[in-house]
Amino acid sequence: MSHPEQLRPSVDVRANSLEQRVATVHERANWMRRRLLGMIVDAGQGHPGGDLSATDIIASLYFDTLRIDPAAPRAANRDRFVMSKGHCTGALYSALAGAGFFPETELGTYLKPLSRLNGHPNRTYLPGVETNTGPLGHGFPVAVGIAVAGQIDRADYRVFVLTGDGELQEGSMWEAAMFAGHRALGNLTVIVDRNRLQQGAGTEETNGLEPLGDKWRAFGWDVVEVDGHDVAALLTAFDEAAAPRDRPRCIIAKTIKGKGVSFMENQAGWHHGVPNAAQYAQALAELSA
Amino acid sequence: MSAAAAPTGMFDCRDAYVRTVQDLAGTDPRIVAVVNDSIGSSKLGTFRDAFPDRLVNVGIAEQNMVGVAAGLANGGKIPFVSGAGCFLTARAMEQIKVDCAYSQSNVKLCGISSGVAYGELGATHHSIEDIAWLRAIDGLTVIVPADPWQTAQAIRAAAAHDGPVYIKISRMPVPELARTDATFTIGMAETLREGGDIAIIANGTLVHHALAAAELLEGEGVAARVINMATVSPIDAGAIAAAAATGAIVTAEEGLAHGGLGGAVAEYCARHDPVRMRMIGFPGFAPTGSAAWLMEHFGLSAAGIADAARDLLGRKAA
Repeated sequence: MSHPEQLRPSVDVRANSLEQRVATVHERANWMRRRLLGMIVDAGQGHPGGDLSATDIIASLYFDTLRIDPAAPRAANRDRFVMSKGHCTGALYSALAGAGFFPETELGTYLKPLSRLNGHPNRTYLPGVETNTGPLGHGFPVAVGIAVAGQIDRADYRVFVLTGDGELQEGSMWEAAMFAGHRALGNLTVIVDRNRLQQGAGTEETNGLEPLGDKWRAFGWDVVEVDGHDVAALLTAFDEAAAPRDRPRCIIAKTIKGKGVSFMENQAGWHHGVPNAAQYAQALAELSA
Repeated sequence: MSAAAAPTGMFDCRDAYVRTVQDLAGTDPRIVAVVNDSIGSSKLGTFRDAFPDRLVNVGIAEQNMVGVAAGLANGGKIPFVSGAGCFLTARAMEQIKVDCAYSQSNVKLCGISSGVAYGELGATHHSIEDIAWLRAIDGLTVIVPADPWQTAQAIRAAAAHDGPVYIKISRMPVPELARTDATFTIGMAETLREGGDIAIIANGTLVHHALAAAELLEGEGVAARVINMATVSPIDAGAIAAAAATGAIVTAEEGLAHGGLGGAVAEYCARHDPVRMRMIGFPGFAPTGSAAWLMEHFGLSAAGIADAARDLLGRKAA
């Protein structure tokens, strides 16, 4: 099966105008969507719904905000991105490959026997992965620990962590949120992928999260809500988060599960799922439009 | 350390633990302590006073404690996580598995007041399952030191080892053992007494009882080999082979009689050197009672070990 063309990131995109930066992220996000669907089709499994809701967020980070060097993935002063919703590896791996952490051709091995592209990210397999995730409720506390290390060292790296919204039903998330607020971790930004759907149903009918912003504020966080597919809004929120702050920042990114593929949007059934040949062709056509 | 140099008396291994972590922290700025409101029970008050910025107290939240420690390791720190063994292991098991072992994070997990140290508080507060659980986790080094000297050595070895380590630290008073060869290497057992009739393999608080049992047996004409198997994972296969060569093995540990040190030795023997064994430990959830009473009642004592040895050898008590 043929897949979309591959892309390399440009360098130092942040020197460009916001308009140019947004255009760059859009281009990369579109490529990620096409590529991750191809990975899922080839592998015969995956989590397309959550991959697609997170794509614009992850593209904004990897192709604009993060100060990272794929040639030095463990550099002490790198910005950290922790993928707490570890099941969405289609989005993470396509971004890592697109950013140059490993060859893009390796995306073709996704979920194949002995591939470094495990169903959930593994830092011992793959450069650019900060910690192993998969079971929900793990990445966020680890990100808080990284931010504490940065606070102790007065380091200037920033820590970003992406959580699912359903993931916020895990108790460890609120242990970590409480502690980050207590430590006033101004170097920490959590982004909630608020697509309102978990594996089986809506979050609000399963174990409701609202009023979600109030919950974070009550735990001592600076909260902003943005459209999680508005790249300009995301980049602005990430930039603002760089300003000296006395609190950690929570960005509630309102997203659409399956974003960009009409028949997947807002369908819990595409949490898991593999497009057939006709669906894949339709998805690529929609993403080319 | 020569036999004559061993201090006399009984010691709480937490003191050696804290002294060593604090010594290391004085020369290595990467060392931090992570606690769950357990400064007092971990005896870390002096550490806090010496390094206030390097004591991270997450409050009563063990999952977050271990996750935060993995993050601190990601940020270049060497975190010594210090919490009651019962809560650190059971409550944070998935964080130990995923954030520490599977991620190969440089985290040192110290289970304090482990075993049945909290005797009267009951089975919720006993950590007797810990070694059975933890030795099943790939890539996690598991150490059960026997006395203050070995506790200090284990802490230093853990700090120098790049990877996750669990150290089971007792607060039950133990004597400083006499040694002729004072070296500690992760994965290497120490043979404290030679003997060809039977072998006793013990660790932690049971090692001095094993030595006392060997004395009892010697009086009955039985030469018992005594091995301190401080590292349970990775285990010292050569030491087990030497024990198996005697034809009979008794294991003894302050933990379950199944799944822990005894289980590890039995697995090796079943594969390589089938030999008759007895495992000394708790049969399951232990009732209330002082730690000393529980140990005595369930045969975690010199008399209990000697009885098991006689039983194996088909002898009656002298």
